[in-house]
Order: sequence, then C-alpha cells, then structure tokens
Amino acid sequence: MDMEFSPEDLAFQQEVRQFIAENYPPELRERQDEGEEMSKEDFLSWHRILHKKGWVAPAWPVEYGGTGWTPTQRFIWSEETARADCIRLMPFGLAMVGPVIYTFGTPEQKAHFLPRILSGEDWWCQGYSEPGSGSDLASLRTTAVRDGDDYIVNGQKTWTTLAQHADWGFFLVRTDKDAKQQEGISFLLIDMKSPGITVRPIITLGGEHEVNEVWLEDVRVPQSQRVYEENKGWTCAKFLLAHERTGIAGVAASKRAIEKVKDIARTEVDGDKPLLANAFFKRKIAELEIDLTALEFTELRSLAGPNANRGPGPESSLLKIKGSEIQQRLTELALEAVGHYGAPYFRGFGEGDNQHPIGPDYAHRAAPTYFNTRKTTIYGGSNEIQRNIIAKMVLGL
Amino acid sequence: MDFTYTETQDMIRDTLSRFLADTYDFETRQKFTASDAGRDPGIWQALAQELGMLGAAFTEEQGGLGGGALENAIVMEELGKVLGIEPYLPTVVIGGGALKAVGGAQADAMIPEIIAGNAIIAFAYAEPQGRYDLANLRTTAKKDGAGYVLNGHKGVVYAAPWATHLLVTARTGGGQRERDGVSLFLIDANLPGVVRRDYPTVDGSRASEIYFENVAVPGDALLGGEGTGLALIEQIVDEATIATCAEATGVMQKLHEGTLEYTQQRKQFGVPIAKFQVLQHRMVDMFMEVEQARSMTIMGVLKLGLPANERMAAVSAAKAKVSRGANFVGQNAVQTHGGIGITQELAIGHYFKRATMIEGQFGSHDYHLERYERLTLGE
Repeated sequence: MDMEFSPEDLAFQQEVRQFIAENYPPELRERQDEGEEMSKEDFLSWHRILHKKGWVAPAWPVEYGGTGWTPTQRFIWSEETARADCIRLMPFGLAMVGPVIYTFGTPEQKAHFLPRILSGEDWWCQGYSEPGSGSDLASLRTTAVRDGDDYIVNGQKTWTTLAQHADWGFFLVRTDKDAKQQEGISFLLIDMKSPGITVRPIITLGGEHEVNEVWLEDVRVPQSQRVYEENKGWTCAKFLLAHERTGIAGVAASKRAIEKVKDIARTEVDGDKPLLANAFFKRKIAELEIDLTALEFTELRSLAGPNANRGPGPESSLLKIKGSEIQQRLTELALEAVGHYGAPYFRGFGEGDNQHPIGPDYAHRAAPTYFNTRKTTIYGGSNEIQRNIIAKMVLGL
Repeated sequence: MDFTYTETQDMIRDTLSRFLADTYDFETRQKFTASDAGRDPGIWQALAQELGMLGAAFTEEQGGLGGGALENAIVMEELGKVLGIEPYLPTVVIGGGALKAVGGAQADAMIPEIIAGNAIIAFAYAEPQGRYDLANLRTTAKKDGAGYVLNGHKGVVYAAPWATHLLVTARTGGGQRERDGVSLFLIDANLPGVVRRDYPTVDGSRASEIYFENVAVPGDALLGGEGTGLALIEQIVDEATIATCAEATGVMQKLHEGTLEYTQQRKQFGVPIAKFQVLQHRMVDMFMEVEQARSMTIMGVLKLGLPANERMAAVSAAKAKVSRGANFVGQNAVQTHGGIGITQELAIGHYFKRATMIEGQFGSHDYHLERYERLTLGE
C-alpha cells in the first residue's frame, strides 16, 4: 500500500495540466470568473473539447469509449480539472443513463445512444421523483400502458434538473399496477420533443431556474426504448442511484472550494488582520479540511482498495452523506466570510456603475449558493434515506 | 419577579397580530416586495395612524404608549412571524432609541414625526472594511463652520431607499479603529452629495450602498457629544440586536410550525413522515431552539438597562444563542421539507432566507461568542 504517484502518473499529471492549459476555452473561464450563470452552450463547449480528445468519459469501459485509466489516473484527472476550475460535465448522460445503457441496454440502444452521449449531441434529464414520490421513490405513479409496439405514458415528474435543455430523458414508469411496488417499474428512454410532454420551471431560493416539473400526457414511446426487461426497471434505478452517490462525494471540487474560501478570508479584513487570522474562522477551516481528508481517504479506499472492481455498493451512501455535508459547510463559511455583503441580491443589480460597486464580486453569489446547496442533502436520495441504507445494508439492522 | 405581560402589552401583540393577519399574508408580501418600491407604504401609515404602533416604545409625554424594549420585542416578533420588511427596527428601535437617549430639542422635533409615520430612518453604520466592529470607520465628518462635511461609504444600509433620514456613524477624530473620535449624526436623507445605489436583498427587503460626497450637514445633526458617540452607538446597537433576536423568535417559530404541519400532511412509505422518529427528534430539537430563543430575548430585554459591560455580555449571549438557533431551525426546516423547501413557492424557504440573514445581523455567532468571552472571562 502506498500513496505515491509513479513516474508514469506524474507524466500523466503533466499531460493533463498542459492539455487543460492549452485547451480550456478562455472566454468560458472569463464568464466563470465573473460569476455569470452557465448556459447550455457553456457546459457543452468543454464537453466537446474533451470528447474530441477522447477524455469525456473516464469512468466508462474502454469498449464503449472510456479512457482505460487506472484509478490513480482518474484521481489525478478529477484533481486537476477541479484545481483548474473546469466547468463540471453534466452527469445525466455520462454518469447516469450512460452506465445504465452499457450495462443493461440492447446492442441497438448502445450503438445509438452511447456515441451521442459521448459527443454531447443529446442532453439528458432524469425523470425519477414525482410530487408524491420523493424518498419513497418506488411509490411512483406515472404509468406506461402497452399499445401495439408502443407504451402510452401518463404522469408527472418533478425536480427534473435542466430539463429545459434536454433532448432525451430517462424515466421510471409503472408498467404493472398489481405487482409489488418495486416489481412493476420499467426504465424508459423518452424523446423530450415527443408530443404530450410539457416542461414547467421551478424557481429555487437563489432565483435559479435549475429544476422543472415535467408533465407527460399520452406520450407515445416505442417499446424499443425500454432498457432491460419490463417490470425490472428498479434494478436499473438502484444501479444508477448507487453510481450517482459516489460522484456526489465531490472531493476534488470541495478541495478547490476550500481554497476559494481561504482566498476570500485572506482578502476580508477582521480588525487589523485578515479574516483568515481570526481564531474561530481558522478553526472552522481546519475542521473542514480534516473532515474532507477523511472523506477523501474513504473514497480512495473504495476506488483503489480490494473491492475496487466490484462497483459502488451501499458504502457509497457514506460518501454521499459526508460529501454533501461538507459542500454545505463550505458554502456556509463563504457566506459567513463575506459578512454584510451576503445580503445584496445580485440578480437585482443593474449593469455597470464601477464607481459605486456593491461589495466584492466574490460576495455576489455567496448567499444564493448557500441557499441552493441545501439541495445536496436532499437530492440523490436524502441523507435520511442514505442513513437508512447504511443501517439496513451495511449494519444489517 | 414577574415574567407576565401587562394588559397593554397583550393588547399591542393582539392588535398587531390581527392587523398583520389581514394585511400581510405571504402572497401579498411577495407582491409588494417584488414591486418597484419594494413595499406597500400604506401599511406603514396604518401601523402609525390606525394602530398607533409606532408609538408603542415611546413615553406618553412623547406621544407614545409608554413602553420600551419589551414593546419593541413584541412588535419585532410579530413582524418576524410574517417576514415583515417594515422599517420598524431602524426607525423606531434604532433611530427612536438614539433620540430617546439624547433627548432635548432633536428628540422633541423628530419623535412625533416617527410616531406619526412621517419619518423613516435608515441606520448607516456598516462599512466594507469594518465587519461588525462599530468603531472601525473611515467615514469622516469634518467640522466646517457651525456644521460638518461628511465623506465616506456605508454598505448594505437596509431601508435606505425608503428613508427620509439617515442615522450615520462617522469619525470626527481619532484613528480608524479608535474608540474616541466617533460621532453620530441624524441627517436628511436627500441632502446634496448623498449618493445612493439601491438594490433588493436576498431576504426580500431593500438596501443601498451610500456614498457621502462632501455632504454639508448642519451642526444640530450631531446626536450626543462630538467624538464621544461610541458608547451611545453600542447601546442602541445592543437594543437593536435584542429586537432582532425577537424577530428571529417569530421567524423560527413559523419555521418550526410550518415543518410540523408539513410533516403531518406529507406521506411517504404509506404514513405521514411525522411518524418517523428521526424526524420527530429533529422537530423536538427545533422546538427547543425556538423556546430558548424566546428565553434569551426576554433575558436580553431585561438586562438592557444594566451597566455597559453586563449589558453587552447579556446581549452577546442572546445573539450567539439565537444565531446558532436560527441556523439550526432554518436548515432543518428546509431539510425536513425536502425539495419543496428550496423553492420560491412555499413560504418556508423565504423564512429560511430571513433566518440566514439574521444569523449575521449585528454580529455573527462567533463575533458575539468572542465578545462574551472577552467581557466575562477577560482578554
């Protein structure tokens, strides 16, 4: 056991750094630095660059377009992209439906959808939660009824992230009303341009339009777009949720975020010293770093330990719980650091007036980000549900 | 010892509570906070004229109902319950508090205007470099004949876009962080050279950056002594801090009640989620925070009249406790609601936003913990 990088790893690290330095779009960097909201095109620009290089899906098996990197190389990759503030890649295709399709899909589904996910041609969204089915996902009521070679789908989904951009959605639907809850669910791929689909925005606390309601009224979906067997969709759903949870740990991004909070605390003044010299504030940063180190080494154990090839198991719930709590504490510290300037609502500012700025730029998003990040302990299976999973699956209670 | 309210105090609470129930439901509040003006001026007028509420904390000789800090706390708690954005805190608690403390002609002239609803005061004290230190001031007031000339920048001045008057802290002498040399001025908000940049705040109110660019103010704008204003400023900010704790109590109570109600309606796994013990215990913890916030507010009100060091220790104890409680109750109200808690659709998220801003208002948990330690345990 060791944690050293081999000469090959170090060379890889250099290669990655150089690639990012030479290829990351400068105009995207500028928009990020100015705290602007990222558009669909912003997300896709970096995605396309990575696709061209063949690096867009490091986690995928090589035969489907993965990179074949070792766990160490993947670790280096996430560290370096976070360190360089690269925009995150949308997980809906690459980390969610992609793995479901290459694990459970038909050869036709693989051949059609996987290349389009890799290229960024299709933007995906996730149709899981319903107004009455959140933590109790298996109680979902959206129905799919056979009609010739098709299903007719009716129901309502909610919290559908960035559905306003989506070309395709993966949906959990009930295909057998009489079976036990988990046994009557199927996993469908639905063209978001299908007649009968309506997407309505939900505005969240920071003023963002990030999530949506999706209404499905008599939406016709070919049975060839069902992944895996009918009524076996829960298997796909569980597989996907476990995958989603590991990504949710967000270690590299949190490391970067700590550095940003430190930068703010070096700039903010507390009396005659920087805020970072304040004993209370400094201690909170230290505690956070220690907790993040514990999370990091827990994740590394699962990525590079004896069970590394087994795929994510119920212990991924631990990563989700601790990772999401750390993300929230980071945004809380950033908000605390900016003091009075957490209050101005940046969406309400007019343009310009450099003569009379409204606080430092880094303060503008502090409160909305703090509000928005409350979602991390709710989505992907709330942290209460994750604790239930650990109690049941890990502790056997 | 007596912790009961007088009949007048009960009457103030009931009258205000009924009025707000009729005029300040969540949807109406959302409408006027989103309007150009950001408020409904008729409500302030009604509070003054119909309810006489703006006089609750002034003596009968001043035209008020004879109350003080406890009446302020009652009003602020009720405003907290409806997410009220009415400028009661800066106008009555802070502006009125300063005027009561200095008395004389200035008080005689202004207090009737406050009680009548004609005057709105915004408190321009915070500066970008100062955090919560009231003495950390770069804004200067230079003597000029009989008056003064103000220069400087005040940040995040709540209610400033609506204000007729500004209560301004400025240096008439001394170095940037010295206790000596701090003075307090009450000035007309529309004097030449007062430059405002207005904006909405994340908790639904309005605020401004205020730049004083060679603003000539008359000599009688000075409240209290020249260069010796810090003790007065500390006193009124302590009163404001306790009033904010009272508001927090109202906000936290609504967060808790909303969560209780929601968990009894929301069903998952075939039962109301309130049946789950893990959520029950959390709601019990929230309840205990609400009760303790109420207790600390009352403790603070009762100790506002003590000598400065004891008063400041008590206020810091209250605010440290309430800041942490507001954080806990707000976060857990959202968490227990799930996704719907982070949308603009339900009131709960808006209460959470106000609770979050209260955490840091007049000093964060850490600021007050440190001040408490310093005052009670020594340097």
